[in-house]
Amino acid sequence: MASIGKIARRTFLFGSLAIVGGVAVGAWYVNKPAPNPLKPGPDEAALNPFVLINADGITLIAPRAEMGQGTHTTWAALLAEELDVTLDMVTVLHGEPAQAYYNSALMGEGMNTKGYDDSALQHALASVMGKVGKVLNLQVTGGSTAMRDGYDRMRVSGAAAREMLKEAAAQQLGVKAKDLKTENGTVIAPDGTTLTYIELAMAAAEIDPPKVKLRPQSDWKILGTSIPRVDIPGKSTGTAKFGIDTRLPGMKFASVRMSPKRGGMKSYDDRDARDLPGVEKIVDMGDGVAVIANNTWLAMQALQAIEIEWEDAPYEATTDAIFAKIEAGFELEPNSTLRDDGNTDALPEGATEVTAEYRVPFLSHATMEPQNATAWFDGGKLRIWAGNQAPGFTQSACADEAGLDTDDVIVETTLMGGGFGRRGELDFSVLATRVAKAIPGTPVQVTWSREEDMARDFYRPGAIARMTGGVKDGRAVMLDARVSAPSVTRQAMGRWMGFAPGGPDRSITDSLFNQPYGIPNYKVRGYLADTNPPMGFWRSVGASFNGFFSEVFIDEMAQKAGVDPMEFRLGLTRDEWEPAYNVLAAVKEMSGWTGETPDGIGRGVAMVYSFGTPTAIVIEVAEVDGDIKMTEAWIAADPGVALDPSIIEAQLFGGMAYGLSAAIGEEITWDAGEVEQQNFPDYDPLRMQQMPKVNVRILETQEHIGGIGEVGTPPAAPALANALFDLTGTRARSLPLNKEFSFFV
Amino acid sequence: MAKSITVNGTAHQVDLPDDVPLLWVLRDALNMTGTKFGCGVAACGACTVHINGEAVRSCQMPLSDVDGDITTIEGLGTPDMMHKLQQAWVDHQVAQCGYCQSGQIMQAAALLETTPTPTDEDIDEAMAGNLCRCGTYPRIRAAIKDAAGLES
Repeated sequence: MASIGKIARRTFLFGSLAIVGGVAVGAWYVNKPAPNPLKPGPDEAALNPFVLINADGITLIAPRAEMGQGTHTTWAALLAEELDVTLDMVTVLHGEPAQAYYNSALMGEGMNTKGYDDSALQHALASVMGKVGKVLNLQVTGGSTAMRDGYDRMRVSGAAAREMLKEAAAQQLGVKAKDLKTENGTVIAPDGTTLTYIELAMAAAEIDPPKVKLRPQSDWKILGTSIPRVDIPGKSTGTAKFGIDTRLPGMKFASVRMSPKRGGMKSYDDRDARDLPGVEKIVDMGDGVAVIANNTWLAMQALQAIEIEWEDAPYEATTDAIFAKIEAGFELEPNSTLRDDGNTDALPEGATEVTAEYRVPFLSHATMEPQNATAWFDGGKLRIWAGNQAPGFTQSACADEAGLDTDDVIVETTLMGGGFGRRGELDFSVLATRVAKAIPGTPVQVTWSREEDMARDFYRPGAIARMTGGVKDGRAVMLDARVSAPSVTRQAMGRWMGFAPGGPDRSITDSLFNQPYGIPNYKVRGYLADTNPPMGFWRSVGASFNGFFSEVFIDEMAQKAGVDPMEFRLGLTRDEWEPAYNVLAAVKEMSGWTGETPDGIGRGVAMVYSFGTPTAIVIEVAEVDGDIKMTEAWIAADPGVALDPSIIEAQLFGGMAYGLSAAIGEEITWDAGEVEQQNFPDYDPLRMQQMPKVNVRILETQEHIGGIGEVGTPPAAPALANALFDLTGTRARSLPLNKEFSFFV
Repeated sequence: MAKSITVNGTAHQVDLPDDVPLLWVLRDALNMTGTKFGCGVAACGACTVHINGEAVRSCQMPLSDVDGDITTIEGLGTPDMMHKLQQAWVDHQVAQCGYCQSGQIMQAAALLETTPTPTDEDIDEAMAGNLCRCGTYPRIRAAIKDAAGLES
């Protein structure tokens, strides 16, 4: 890892402009093919790192994790489309940590270009950047990249495997491969002879993969249709196994209480806990305590009986103090100026000025499955079962904790009861390893209480935006946006790789600097606030707050310009980037938007470009007995290619629900260095009766395939805030909205 | 000391303290992991099971208070022989991460037992205690209506 780390560090140190040069430095390494991590047994054949064939059939080894976004089904469909097998012939497993499974799209997502208007060269550079993911062993599920990553790679893997199988059949039958057909997992010769893939696999594995041509979209049989997801029967019958469902012979159950101030532990007194029922061992974890028991609940009870004195928090102790630092960020030099079009030093002549300040809070992921991992340490080997979004980094971190080489650590990635970024962290796996070290030879499952999960999250950072705009003749002619927030990227990358990238932090202004609005004077600066409470990637990352800042301010400019907010946006996108215009036109048509709403009804619109996909949402709210209820929502998104419409629809309304949930009532606050929210009663997500009726349309008008898993989240909060303005005349400039508005619950 | 409980028609002897919640008896003592731990304070519904046909939050049901036959998601139906709600869940492709769905289905099953043709308001009221962070609510509603033979 050392030399890789060095290349990576060098790559980052030069900042975004030099990153391409950094690739050149590392090119020798990048271009070396990654070794095939599959070690087929005597009767198995691995045609490439993704395709394993044995007597039982075909297995797809999926490098991206299934956390509910349907990735396994669509990766299998991409493979099956070119391999000429039906989906029921493919079993999907999570890949172990291996360089071959790097994410080829995630680093490209980090480039500081606007994205939507990328030239062919910029698009190619993003793809080169993606290959840096290989150097970094970036086996990560995140950034809405699974399909962008797998779209070509899986189809090429399927097509190459198909051609290898055909070549094996050709040699066996003494005919030319080009005369052979493939269908339903068999190779068919001109004389009607059929050979199954299973029969041919061993010979095919000896053949060099040929160059392949991918089938045009018009020939697709599986892709583009809604396929029943492979994981849903298990999830509907209680038989799907999540990390927390791992059961091993002789396994013990443990729980942890780590410092809620994220510092050290001064002392603890466990005399009242030692003799409680079920307790088998109390473990000093350094910055906390673990109890190993014969039942998870008894372990949690015993933890509550332990008196602990904590060290102070290594960050500001209160929410006010943290936000004072975020405000002070504006006094620093900008960390980035990722858009600087025209001149924003003065208001264009004849324009009317609009100004506003916005503020959003820190947020928790609050996945339904509390953090957990199971570890089995025998002194020389370690095995970990965990729902995780980063198996490679998990393997390294657990190896370090156990004092082992990474080769001696096996990571089993399970299904995840929600990820949203939280399960890209390594802490739950490392802590399980630490507990397992205390009872070598015995597997132990370490489950966090909900309170521990909320107190020890890595939060979506709070942020403040200061906006100045100018409108003239019904259009926006100037936008000068400044955002101050602490750097989630530096902190999270530091935990993954032991160093933090320097240079501009794109996440501070993502989905603000790169919005497809044709505003001639358009400048966006990001400021790195000097505060460091625990932070992590939260579904849609920087777009989760910048979508709100950008789209409420666009609404304020429309209001000042005296133009309907839908027409205002249509006018700003029409010539700048058509797919953005198209999603707005779609929600306008779907919702029957007229710009007029009756008394007691409000509607708001927002459009955000994030992760390569423009997404527009219209939300309708109604006053019901003095409370505000969301009644209906219309969503349109353009990911370029709709690989599975049913999955895309679910991701879009689910992403919106996640955004609405936060917008209405979620907030993380600190006092005395500890997070004040503990469980769902004081961090209450959206419930069934609050969810609006949803209508989704998927467009395919843009050139490149875009992300889907996160893009429904950013436009949700501003669409709701804009609808509230339409209903009440009150402009919401900070979240959560239930501080100012009374919602139906 | 051991207490006998009947889960999905099978009797089990459980040797755990009286105050251990049913959830943790099922999961850790009987290895029946279909019932999920979400919050521990009856605020999310992930742990919903039936006792004598009534939906209860098993995280708040001490072993000593368990009185009656318990049905869990594993007993409602199986992958080979699904309950009509489980089949509707598959037909409507409800699950995303899927973690809350055992509890959602058990809650919905109790609803349909007492209210075979629920209105939207009935569904809201019955399901309000079951959280889903993936936001699968529209498809949950559609699946319940479908299983009830209603237009969704």
